[in-house]
Amino acid sequence: MSGLLGQSLLVLRKDLLIEWRTRARLNALIFFAIATLLLFSFALGPDTVMMRKHAAGYLWLGLLFSSMLSLGESFRIESENLAMDGLKLIPVDPRAIFLGKTMGNTLLLWLLSLVLLPVTIALFDVTVTLGWPTLVGIFLVGSMAISAPGTVYAAIASHARARDVLLPLLLFPILIPALLAVVKATHLVFEGDLMDQLKSWMRLLGCFAIIYWTLGFLLFPKVLEDD
Amino acid sequence: MPSRGKKRPLPSGIDTNDGPLSAAPAIELHDVSKRFGARWALARLSYTLPQGASLLLTGHNGSGKTTLLRLVSTVTAPTLGTLKILGLDARADRMKVREQVTLLSHANFHYEDLTAKQNLELVAKLRGAPGLPAKVDGLLDKVGLKARVDSPVRQFSAGMRKRLAVARMLLLQPKLALLDEPFGELDPQGIAQMEAIMAELKANGTTLVLATHLLEQGKRLTDVSLHLENGRQVA
Repeated sequence: MSGLLGQSLLVLRKDLLIEWRTRARLNALIFFAIATLLLFSFALGPDTVMMRKHAAGYLWLGLLFSSMLSLGESFRIESENLAMDGLKLIPVDPRAIFLGKTMGNTLLLWLLSLVLLPVTIALFDVTVTLGWPTLVGIFLVGSMAISAPGTVYAAIASHARARDVLLPLLLFPILIPALLAVVKATHLVFEGDLMDQLKSWMRLLGCFAIIYWTLGFLLFPKVLEDD
Repeated sequence: MPSRGKKRPLPSGIDTNDGPLSAAPAIELHDVSKRFGARWALARLSYTLPQGASLLLTGHNGSGKTTLLRLVSTVTAPTLGTLKILGLDARADRMKVREQVTLLSHANFHYEDLTAKQNLELVAKLRGAPGLPAKVDGLLDKVGLKARVDSPVRQFSAGMRKRLAVARMLLLQPKLALLDEPFGELDPQGIAQMEAIMAELKANGTTLVLATHLLEQGKRLTDVSLHLENGRQVA
């Protein structure tokens, strides 16, 4: 199997196989994310109105912080034995590496969001007012919006000595608009959409996801190659 | 006029004159320099190696041998100068160059949590050439890893990793093979096997560039040599 899509799927399959074999990343992510949500709920105290009001924000902050671990780890396996150089020399199209890695990171983050949802419901006393399919869709597009720039910046940071510090410094500012949209959309699904705002926020989130994926696809070869 | 290293008698069919036997030289370096931070790892290196020839690259640690091999493999780019591999520009046509060049490196490019077979199958499928996945088992057998095909690379010794890297190199069927310390980490049996593999590659017309401190083996397997000191060609 070759070609851009074929190579992307092979990179994705390879990442998932390594993840499945070790399960280190997924386990660490789940524990870290749950611990983060617990800390947020303790910080708010027993004020259930406040908890419900801010649940969406805390859920996505938990996912964002966890994504730092996930994105960094996805390039650590490529640094070991200089495996990324090996991929480049096969040769694998850098854009296929971007697509494969981003799909893998999206999938992991999306699964994590689904695991965190019942924890959020239990800790923050929220209810899913507008239906589960909408919420699952928001989680998917939100995960896509975080993963695309996350993959690009994780690749950049993987060459740096202070990679763990550099990644959030680069990534957080660029994610603010998408994060705002996904938190608003999630909040509306939890609390109800009396003013019919959900579609606008989802459209905004979708636009950012498309922009991030397009820019990542176009820029990743520049990131990967030593010019 | 590019400078040349020391010549030894060449096997028949190999021409080191500038008029190439094949369409283009395997390697053409013109004033190539590479800088890391403030340090020049290679400085104004010019050299031409014809296709089918084999080059012994010598020099002390830090003399620039690995940097030169990485430049020729296109995994890194020169800071200054022009570099052509098999007649193709190493920067503009790097994907085409990579289809014909392999690098056997200190870092062996393996995924630690995949098995030996999974590592090679991944390479074969990503390359996309028909029939490559079917060659995986035979190559693992050839390098002496038949009994460990389903073991994760994490459990391999350094010598076994090197053998797997050799299998990977053979799988990619290069026109130009770059070998950085190919005998390192191998036991005497492995070294003999490696020599046989290199002789086989050479007989098949593959251009070899061999960087090693084992000069006896190196000289036996190569036609010309190039000595580097502090990133400069001295012989």
